[in-house]
Amino acid sequence: MTGTMLTIKNLNAGVENKKILKGINLTVNAGEVHAIMGPNGSGKSSLASVLSGRENYEVTEGEVDFDGKDLLEMSPEDRAREGLFLAFQYPIEIPGVSNINFLKTALNEIRSYKKLPALDARQFLQMSKERQKLVEFDAKLVNRSLNEGFSGGEKKRNEIFQLAMLEPKLSILDETDSGLDIDALRIVSNGVNKLRSNDNAFILITHYQRLLEYIVPDFVHVLYNGRIVKSGTKELALELEEKGYDWLKETLQEEIV
Amino acid sequence: METSEQIIQDITTQEYEFGFSTDIEMDMAPIGLDEETVRYISEKKNEPEWMLNWRLKGYEAFLKTPMPKWQNFEMPPMDFQGISYYAVPANKKKLNSLDEVDPELLATFEKLGIPVNEQKALAGVAVDYVFDSISVATTYKEKLKELGIIFCSFGEAVQEHPELVKKYVGSVVPHSDNIFASLNTAVFSDGSFVYIPKGVRCPMELSTYFRINAENTGQFERTLIIADEGSYVSYLEGCTAPKRDENQLHAAVVELIALEGAEIKYSTVQNWYPGDKDGRGGIYNFVTKRGACRGANSKISWTQVETGSAVTWKYPAVILQGDNSIGEFYSIAVTKNRQVADTGTKMYHIGSNTKSRIISKGISAGYSNNSYRGLVQVGAKAENARNFTQCDSLLLGSTCSANTFPYIETKNSTATVEHEATTSKIGEDQIFYLNQRGIDTEKAVALIVNGYVKEVLNQLPMEFAVEAQKLLSITLEGSVG
Repeated sequence: MTGTMLTIKNLNAGVENKKILKGINLTVNAGEVHAIMGPNGSGKSSLASVLSGRENYEVTEGEVDFDGKDLLEMSPEDRAREGLFLAFQYPIEIPGVSNINFLKTALNEIRSYKKLPALDARQFLQMSKERQKLVEFDAKLVNRSLNEGFSGGEKKRNEIFQLAMLEPKLSILDETDSGLDIDALRIVSNGVNKLRSNDNAFILITHYQRLLEYIVPDFVHVLYNGRIVKSGTKELALELEEKGYDWLKETLQEEIV
Repeated sequence: METSEQIIQDITTQEYEFGFSTDIEMDMAPIGLDEETVRYISEKKNEPEWMLNWRLKGYEAFLKTPMPKWQNFEMPPMDFQGISYYAVPANKKKLNSLDEVDPELLATFEKLGIPVNEQKALAGVAVDYVFDSISVATTYKEKLKELGIIFCSFGEAVQEHPELVKKYVGSVVPHSDNIFASLNTAVFSDGSFVYIPKGVRCPMELSTYFRINAENTGQFERTLIIADEGSYVSYLEGCTAPKRDENQLHAAVVELIALEGAEIKYSTVQNWYPGDKDGRGGIYNFVTKRGACRGANSKISWTQVETGSAVTWKYPAVILQGDNSIGEFYSIAVTKNRQVADTGTKMYHIGSNTKSRIISKGISAGYSNNSYRGLVQVGAKAENARNFTQCDSLLLGSTCSANTFPYIETKNSTATVEHEATTSKIGEDQIFYLNQRGIDTEKAVALIVNGYVKEVLNQLPMEFAVEAQKLLSITLEGSVG
C-alpha cells in the first residue's frame, strides 16, 4: 500500500488560551518515517497530544485527515481503533491490571471495531510470544501489573511491545529515546525497524540526533515556536546536532528581519 | 479473565436487579417490641428455658444501652416500636425434604439466581436459605452429615444440638456488646449454624443466602460457626432485599470460633437494597461480626464486598487469643448516590506471635460518604505481635468523601504495627492512556477499578469473585461522567 496516510493542514491548537501550535503543515505517506526535532517548548509533545486527542487541548484552526477520515472529529479511542498509536513519553502505571489482560482487552476492542472476531486465549498468547521475541521484551514483565514498578527503560520497551501487538498504521513515538541507555536504545530501535513496512508510518519526536542513527528517517522536520520551520532529509538532523538549536534561532531571526 | 470482562460489559446498563418482592402469606408478630415480643418469638420457636432467659438478658441490655455516637455519620432515626420482629411464611408443616418447600419461595430464590435445588445449584456449594425471619431450606445437609459436619438453621441447632449452642453462643459477642447486638440477642429469629468436627476439612463451600421480603419488618439473624481442632471451613453469605421507600433494619450477629489449628474463612457479598438515587429507602445494616482464634495456630479470615445498604455499620473483628494465631480482613466497600459506609475491623492481639493483616479498599462515588475505621490492639502479653494495615480510598467524582480512622493501641514494645494509607482519584491520565489503546472510558474505569480491588477479590472463592465483580460494575455504572 502506498498513498497519503496523514495530512495536517494549518493546525492551530493550544491549552487555555495559550497558543502552542501555530499553523502546522505536514504530510506523511505510508512507508515513511518522519522525525520531528526541536528545542524544549517548541510544541513537539503538544502535536502528539493533539493528534491522539488529549482532552485539554483545543484545536482553533486547521484540519487533519487520517487515511481519508477527519481525525479531529474522532474520540481518542476511535483514533486508536483506526490505527493511530502514541508511544507515551511518560507511560502510565495502572496497579492491579495485568499487562497481558490490558493488551488483550485493547486488541479485541480494536478488532471488534474492525468487525474482526476476538482472538481466543491460545491465539492471543501465540501472538504475544512472537511479538515479545520480535521486540526483545522480557516475558516476566508481560504478566506484571501495567507499568507498575517498571524502570524507565522497561516502560519504554513496553510501549514498543504494545505497538508490535496492536499493529497500528501510524505510530507517533514521543521522545521514546529519552532516559534510555545505549543498550535499551538499540533494542527499542531494532524493534521499530523490524516493524517498519510499506503499509505503516512512523513519526519520531526527539531532541537528539542519536536515535536517528538507529532508526533512519526519510524526512526530518524542525519544529520551533509552534511551526515547522525547516524540513529536509536525515542530514538536517546532523547539521542541527552539530550547530545546535541556537544556530537555528539565529537563522530564523535573520529571515524574519 | 475474558468472562469477567464480558460480564461487566453485559450488565453495565442494569440497576438494582433484586428489587422485586414476593407475594406470600406471612405469619407475623404484632408490631412493637416489649418483653412479650421476646417471649412470643421464643415460644414460636419452641425454645428451651435457657435460651429464653438469655434472650431476656439481651432485651434488658438493649433497654439500658444508648445508641453509639462515634460513627462518622448522623445516626438515622430508628423506630424500634414500629416494626414486627417476627415474620415467617405461613406454612406450619415441618419439611422433610427440599421438595416440600413452598413453590413461591423456590421461585423467589430461583429468580435471585440461587436455585433451591441441589442439581441446579452451584456445584460444591451447600446453601442455607433464610427468608425474612426463618431458614426455609438447607441443601447438601445429608452429604455433610456423613463427615460429621453440622450445617443447619440456628433454630434447628437449638433443638438438635443444644449442648453446642449453649456452650458457644454469646461467647464471642456477649449479649451486652452493643445496642444492636443486644437487640439481636433478644429478638433473633433464625440464621445458620455450622460445626466442623476435629480434623475435618469441609469439602464444599457453605453459604447462607439472606432475603428480606416482608414490609414493616427487619432481619435479625444469628450465625454461629465452630471449627474444632485442625478443621477448615469456607463460608459465604449473600443478601438482597426488595426496593421499598421505607428503611428496614438489618441487625445481625455473627460469631466464629476457631479452636487449635483450625481455619475459618468467612466471605460476605452484601447487596442489600441501597435506596434510590436521592437516598430514599434502603437497608440500615448494623452488624456485629466477631471471630475468636481460641486455639494456638488458628486462623480467621474475613473478606467482605459491601455494595448495598443505605447505611453500613460493621467492623468484623478477630480476637487473637491462641499463640501464633492469624487474623485477616479484606474489604471492598463501595458507596454511591447518598449511601453511607462506616466499616473496618478490629484486631485484638492477645497471644504471642499473633499476626494480623488488614487490606481495605474503599470506592466512593456520587454524594456518598465512605469511612474506614480500624482498631489494632496489642495486649501486654502479646510478644512479637505483628500487624500490617493497608487502607486505600478511590474517589470517583468530587462530591463524595472518604475518611480513614485508624486506632492503634500497643501495650507491648515487641509489637510491629505498620499502617499504609492512600487516597486517589482515577486519573485522567490513566483513562487517556487506555483510550489511546482503543479502550473506551467506561471500560477503562471498569479495568482500573478491578485492578484496584483485585487483591481483595482474589480472596473470594472463584464463583463469588465473578459475582462480586459483576456487582461492582452494576454499582458503579453511571458514576463516572
